[in-house]
Parts: sequence; C-alpha cells; structure tokens
Amino acid sequence: MSGAADRPADLKESPSQTAGPYVHIGCLPNHAGLGGPWAEDLGARPFADDAPGTRVVVTGCLLDGTGTPLRDAMVEIWQADAAGRYAGGGAAGFARRASDAETGLWRLETIKPGAVPGPDGRIQAPHLTLWIVARGINLGLHTRMYFPDETAANAADPVLGRIEQTARARTLVAEARGDGVYHFDIHLQGEKETVFFDV
Amino acid sequence: MSDAPFVARDRAWHPPALSPAYRTSVSRSPRHAPISFPQTLSETTGPVFGHDLPGPRDNDLIHNFAAPGAAAIGPRIIVHGRVTEETGRPVPGALLEVWQANAGGRYRHRKEGYIAPLDPNFGGCGRVITDADGAYHLRTVQPGAYPWPNGGNDWRPAHIHFSVFGSGFGQRLITQMYFEGDPLIWRCPILQAIPSEAAVKTLIATLDMRASVPMDCLAYRFDIVLRGRRQTLFENRMEGG
Repeated sequence: MSGAADRPADLKESPSQTAGPYVHIGCLPNHAGLGGPWAEDLGARPFADDAPGTRVVVTGCLLDGTGTPLRDAMVEIWQADAAGRYAGGGAAGFARRASDAETGLWRLETIKPGAVPGPDGRIQAPHLTLWIVARGINLGLHTRMYFPDETAANAADPVLGRIEQTARARTLVAEARGDGVYHFDIHLQGEKETVFFDV
Repeated sequence: MSDAPFVARDRAWHPPALSPAYRTSVSRSPRHAPISFPQTLSETTGPVFGHDLPGPRDNDLIHNFAAPGAAAIGPRIIVHGRVTEETGRPVPGALLEVWQANAGGRYRHRKEGYIAPLDPNFGGCGRVITDADGAYHLRTVQPGAYPWPNGGNDWRPAHIHFSVFGSGFGQRLITQMYFEGDPLIWRCPILQAIPSEAAVKTLIATLDMRASVPMDCLAYRFDIVLRGRRQTLFENRMEGG
C-alpha cells in the first residue's frame, strides 16, 4: 500500500454552474459596454492579420427548444491554423463571441482550418470546436462545425463516424452561403437538435 | 506541455442539463444524450494566455473601475486559492476571469433592471493568472444577494462567477463561488441543480482569517479543481498492487 499512500487522494472536478445572463461582464466587458478595464476583449481576433490561409466568415445562431434565438449566449471557438496545427502554447486559434442582444446572431472572421491528425493515424476533417455557455445551460456544451465543401474528408472523419444516427451527423455541417461565408445554426433541443459531445 | 487525454468527466457530479426548478434550463437543455469519442488534439490542446495578459490592477475589483483615489463601496475581501487537477497537481498559468454584482446585488449590465443602484466606482470584472504553484488572489467587495425572475420570490445567494482555462479546451469550466454560512445557498434552484450536497460544498469559499489584513479586509479561500490528464502506465508504473 505504500505506493497508494504517496499519491494524493483523488479530488473531484469543481462542479459547473451556469454562466448566467451577465457572462459578458466578465468575459466580454467591452461588448457589455463596461468601458474597460481592458482595451480589447479576450478572443477578439483568432489569428494575426498576416496569418496564412483562406479567410472565411462564420455566422451562427443558437436556438432553444421553441426555436427562439438565444440573445445572451457566449460561444468560444478553438481551431487549428491553415496547416492543421494548434497554437503551441499560445492562444492563436481561440475566439470568443456573444450572441447579438437583438437578433441572437454571432459572426466570426477567421481562417479555414487545415485537417488535423486524429487517433490511430487517421485524419480529421477541417473543423471548429465550439463551446457554448448561457443562462439556462448548467454545463458548457461542446460541439463541432464542419465545412460543407469537404465532402470526402467529412465522410472519412473519425468523430463524425462515431455518430450512429447519420441524419444527426448532418447537424454538424455548416451551410455554404457563398463568398467564403458559412452559416451554422445550433439547435439546443428539438427535432433539429445539434449533436453535442462528452469530450 | 502534455497533450495526454483528460480523465472522463463525471457528469453525475455536475448539474444535469435539465433541472426544471431552474426554469430556463427547460428549453435550453438537449434531449439527446451527448456522444463520446476518443479525445484528439482538438480537445487536449487549448489556448494558453501569457502572464503579461492581465494588467496590474486586473485582479483588484475594488479599484480597477474606480475614479482616481476612489474605491468601491462594500465589505472589502481577498479571494484566494489554488487551481489543481483532480490528481492534486497544481495548474500554473491558468487564466481565471471573474464577474459579480456590487455590494447591493446590482450588476453593471444593460439588461439588468434591479432597483438597487450601481456603484459608480465598481465595474464587477477581473482576471488573474495562476502562479507556478497554481495559486491566485483577487481583491474585491463582497457581492450582495439579488432577486431573479424564476420562482415567485427567488434570490441568488451572494456569489462570484469564475471562468477557468486550464491547459486544454476539454478542461474549460465556468462555475460560481459562494460564501460560507449564507442561508440562501440551500434555497437556490441553480445550486439545487447540483445532485449532491458534497459537490455543492466544494463551491463554498471558507472564511480565512489568516489571509485577512487587519483593519483593511477579510479573506475567503476558494480552491478550484480541473479535470486531470490520464497518465500512461509506461510513464507511471503501478506500485503496491
């Protein structure tokens, strides 16, 4: 038993609580109109202006079980660069957006990510990882957004392949709106419910 | 930095998505089960923020929104603690962002309509990065309780919201800190969404007289635990079995 005694007792992860309706005060204070204390909100720009890659615009909306847009949500995005690499110890590829207080829409100007290595030497299709918090959400929701013009890569993607109900896998593919604009609605509940992950 | 996968989250310890007494959760909770998959770099990596991110007053909410020479009104407190993983390993470089109401329970937010007044010298947001031991400290005023439209007469206990970035996006966590001895804690539907009393207690900061500053401010201790990374048996051989 000596080895066990050397190890600290296992701790439990701090339980999650909702971010509440005023998450912007702490996470997007300039968006909240607080006027400081810092000049730019965290995650305002996912990549430097001169970062290589194809510029794309991602728009989206979160909808509740009645089809009503959430106007108080925060969406965080984590993605690889154009070469499929995650920032090594930095924050490039991270972005944070609030749903518009009137329409519920959010908008991100970013770079289309490259394909990322997956388990067992397989390749993951280009994707964004999204984490969603809001009033009424007790534990942040993880999901992914894939690109509609990556049909072959999506078909071979190991994560999309885990979704037994193939009709539901389509909830993770954005809609192409031309000129590099992709729209991604996230349905929290109901007939079109988006796939969420326990990562 | 390790890219080892995280230990699976114990979702029975966290509040379930659907907790009807917290009424907004009813239409904002998925009905399908979440889907698991083996973690990839997309989950095991995450943004890392440098120690130069927070400014010198970002962790001092008493002063970071105040006019020169002025200070926020309310009970002056230090909030401090450590961020560790479930294994007990400290998490250095973790970014903590906090937000809260003022001493009267009023948030500085355009959607907030509570009649308690704003404090012109209090904004309500701060941030800090943990040191090499995973330790952090903030200075603020103790927030007040406030009413919210849920049940007919529901009041949130005094609380401070915490957003935590560990070293991977799979550790991302937002939670709330409460204050020892507050009788509203056990009446709150948002806290009652947490299944066990033991889990609720981990969110209650304890009065810490040793860290208080005589004739200046009290102190509360609040430790935060993030998911641990799995270790391979090749790196850590089982012992004593």
